[in-house]
Amino acid sequence: MKIHEYQAKEILRRHGVPVPGGRVAATPEEAEAVARELGGGTVVVKAQIHAGGRGKGGGVKLARGPEEARARATEILGMQLVTHQTGPGGQKVRRVLVEQGCDIARELYLGMTLDRESGRLTLMASAEGGVEIEEVAAKHPDKILKTAIDPAVGLSAFQGRKLGFGLGLDRDVPRRLGDFASALAVAYERSDASLAEINPLVVTRTGDLLALDAKVNLDDNALFRHPDLAALRDPDEEDPKENEAKRFDLSYIALDGDIGCMVNGAGLAMATMDIIKLAGGSPANFLDVGGGADAAKVTAAFKILLSDAHVKAVLVNIFGGIMKCDVIAEGIVAAAKEVGLTLPLVVRLEGTNVERGKEILAKSGLPITPAEGMRDAAEKAVAAVRGARAAALAG
Amino acid sequence: MSILVDRNTKVLCQGITGSAGSFHAGQMLAYGTKLAGGVTPGKGGSRFTSPAAPGKEVPIFDTVGQAVAATGASASVLFVPPPFAADAILEAADAGIRLVVAITEGIPVLDMVRVKRALASQDVRLVGPNCPGVITPGACKIGIMPGPIHRRGRIGVVSRSGTLTYEAVHQLTLAGIGQSTCVGIGGDPVNGTDFVDCLERFQADPETDGVVLIGEIGGTAEEKAAAYIRSEMTKPVVGFIAGRTAPPGRRMGHAGAIISGGKGTAADKVDALRAAGVRVVESPADMGAEMKRVLERRLARSKPRSLRAKSASRPAATAKHRRKAAKPAGGARKKTARRAAARRRRG
Repeated sequence: MKIHEYQAKEILRRHGVPVPGGRVAATPEEAEAVARELGGGTVVVKAQIHAGGRGKGGGVKLARGPEEARARATEILGMQLVTHQTGPGGQKVRRVLVEQGCDIARELYLGMTLDRESGRLTLMASAEGGVEIEEVAAKHPDKILKTAIDPAVGLSAFQGRKLGFGLGLDRDVPRRLGDFASALAVAYERSDASLAEINPLVVTRTGDLLALDAKVNLDDNALFRHPDLAALRDPDEEDPKENEAKRFDLSYIALDGDIGCMVNGAGLAMATMDIIKLAGGSPANFLDVGGGADAAKVTAAFKILLSDAHVKAVLVNIFGGIMKCDVIAEGIVAAAKEVGLTLPLVVRLEGTNVERGKEILAKSGLPITPAEGMRDAAEKAVAAVRGARAAALAG
Repeated sequence: MSILVDRNTKVLCQGITGSAGSFHAGQMLAYGTKLAGGVTPGKGGSRFTSPAAPGKEVPIFDTVGQAVAATGASASVLFVPPPFAADAILEAADAGIRLVVAITEGIPVLDMVRVKRALASQDVRLVGPNCPGVITPGACKIGIMPGPIHRRGRIGVVSRSGTLTYEAVHQLTLAGIGQSTCVGIGGDPVNGTDFVDCLERFQADPETDGVVLIGEIGGTAEEKAAAYIRSEMTKPVVGFIAGRTAPPGRRMGHAGAIISGGKGTAADKVDALRAAGVRVVESPADMGAEMKRVLERRLARSKPRSLRAKSASRPAATAKHRRKAAKPAGGARKKTARRAAARRRRG
């Protein structure tokens, strides 16, 4: 789960990671008040959306004093902020973070995430702060220092020093980096994060370290033990169809094609998207109905699929193992009737009780195109879309 | 033979009284798996029965330790909910279970980081989590895969996915190709058993002639598998990688199926596997057919000259195989040379 910068900084602050003073504001008046609370000096007004690259898109502005903070907040709040991560439509800014300005001597990068190969959390540091780490990794992989954390011991102080001296920091800055990293590791583990990035981590002219920007992602699977963190979810930042899917325990991701897919199992769902592409079509979504799909789930899935106006045909690919094909077929028929499906529907069923399942579909009176195997299903769905397009042109 | 499990494997089911646990325990019993007992804390002393396996009864214990002492089980399958799953894996290992198969989906990543560290110093193999399990057809089914699609045979299957594995198995069975053992290693970013662990065992198993490997986007498990195949494997491998069309930065259902920072793409994995000599199919519909082609080609190549001469009068399809047989493909030749070099180095 993604959270906002101001929420991430609140988590970090709670665990002793130094962050600049500041508070979130939803109106220009609030922004002005926060700037006043911070002493009336220079502040930074930062748009709060779940995407990086906000500065380049005009979502981060410097303000000299409370009045200017109010003016900058007026500009930023409500704007449709476009960054390389938002897509061309951009994302509406609903809140700004007003933060104390600081004297920057140096910008570093410090990140923490899971290293899948070793199965351990890993700290990454680079002297190239303020630059995207992927860029550094691609051009100068040797400039990223890494150290893995033994889960039985936790981060040891030497690991922070190792990174600090490795980055060429001097005096007591490496030790401070060690303290900073230890606090970050504690924050990461206590909140079950899946990513924490401090970019930039600034060294001020007085030698203090501060998390100038912070990005924290949380492990969805661990939210059950962090109700306070689960409450940080911001539905405004998420796709409404994806949220609706979550309510029914469905895994849905919107794509930009025109063949809606409903599949059981994540691997098979990805493979179904791939085979649609191979057949010359384009999938409208990824949708995994899971192992225990019943009629209610299938109905919910259909509704979500059909709420995408781009969908011109629906492809159902179910390998009924534990779920019997006849039960699934009944679910499909009930759902198609309930939602009043008018689009072409191609169904590929395989597995337990497949014959009975096919019979139910055939006798339903619905215009369902049965398919034998994945390739046949994909080809029929692609043909259906072409047919619909041709009919639309002719009509 | 087979890998990991055979007809003598005695299995426990942790979480046997839950809805998923009791359903699948019944299915495993019906399949003929030697299910020796169940474990649910607080339900010890009662007995498990299932409408799927009439006449069979299984004792339930409070702890895995008690179950192992009473039954001598060496394997355990977990249907324990995510908040308690890590603890249940550690309990199994502590009780001396040698093979733990964790079906549970949704275990927090940090729990698995700690579990993996704890298991590293113990003599136990974890398969999963978030996996369909392990099956040696006709002998032992530990997990949730539908038994009837499998057929006893000589091809190993290893996969990060559940239903896509069923798809592959189904295609193999339809093509008349049976399976030695099928292992679902799971869709999570931190798991107990990886591709290489399984490939090593398939390579060493005299009853396995080839392997179908099914990967997906995210991580580097397929690249590691490619490195192993390149240097150590003599048996043919057919592969498929799911997620060519997956957008970067999105988690595709499985916690581990995500392209992050440009890493973990399907294209990279396909390239790595192909460079190692794996026959990677473009279409998920071709997994079974490709394995059939590979096996037929091998068969043609291994036939004595007299038989090959006879097949010359057959139609075009076999003629193509004969050409291959007479002149092995460049890749295969290079591979043999490389292997010989490796032997010399070791030697």
